[in-house]
Amino acid sequence: MTRRAWRWLLPLTAVPVLTLLAYGFRLNPRDVPSPLVGRPAAAFALTSFDGAPMTLEALRGKVVVLNFWASWCYPACYEEAPVLERGWRSYRDRGVVVLGVDIQDKDDAGRKFIRDFSLTFPNAPDPSGKVSVDYGVYGVPETFFIDRRGRIRVKHVSAVTEQVFRDTVETLLAEPGPDG
Amino acid sequence: MHASAARVVAPTTLILLLLSGCPPSAQQPSRPIDDRQVHEVAADLRCVVCQNLSVADSPSEMAAQMRAIVRERLAAGETPAQVRQYFVERYGDWILLAPPRRGFTLVVWVAPLVAVLVGLGVFTLLVRRWTSRQRTAPPPVDPAMSERIRRELEREP
Repeated sequence: MTRRAWRWLLPLTAVPVLTLLAYGFRLNPRDVPSPLVGRPAAAFALTSFDGAPMTLEALRGKVVVLNFWASWCYPACYEEAPVLERGWRSYRDRGVVVLGVDIQDKDDAGRKFIRDFSLTFPNAPDPSGKVSVDYGVYGVPETFFIDRRGRIRVKHVSAVTEQVFRDTVETLLAEPGPDG
Repeated sequence: MHASAARVVAPTTLILLLLSGCPPSAQQPSRPIDDRQVHEVAADLRCVVCQNLSVADSPSEMAAQMRAIVRERLAAGETPAQVRQYFVERYGDWILLAPPRRGFTLVVWVAPLVAVLVGLGVFTLLVRRWTSRQRTAPPPVDPAMSERIRRELEREP
């Protein structure tokens, strides 16, 4: 090989490495695709802060918005709490249920959060972390939109906005239920 | 004979049950799991709330809960591979600290080997070139030039 070829070939070997780095640095490291989207949502049986049973089985046929939160998750959880409450109030009569799961939290702090935001949708702690792991949760807030057939359709990482809530719920409501 | 045998067996069973940490009224059959077995699986799993820490090494609450889940599933009779698969099904391959040696992530395992081989090849080529250049005979010396050098050296004080 000639000297001239070597002069070009050596720097050229850096090109694939630089391309890979450029590609990698442009990705959002928190944006990990969930293998659960499209699959049936895992069943769970929790007890809400009020002492009432909170299960997914009982809600088959409804659109379920399952939100994982924590009182220490500031500001994202504080931003979305009023959004979820408003969504619950305006869609509950149309077959939409909002459920909150408080993870990695102190019981008192969780109750205070619910009081502070006057949350009226069911909320339960997940003391063993089993529900969090079953849903592949790796941080808060994360929200799962479950269709009327009980399948996870959307996983939303970070605070739910008014638009995300409305658009996703409307799409799922427009689909036929488990019998249709 | 039977009575004495029963007297020996009963305390032994009780001690064994106490040692195994398994109450006699346990609903499902579970086997005792030591910390080493839990550590083995947890060390392969990425702590989901940390930066570059395994579930075995992280002091976070989430990691402690995941270790408890690992212990519970092993105790229920699952193999370490099945427990790993349980987490992979929920988090994807992302949960494994070592990427699997198949598909696209195989590149991560193969690329360093390829790079070393290519490097060795380039190195060998270069060394061969340098040594072959030394082996060639020096160009013939012009007698006039060597005479001139000799004269100039003699002139030096």
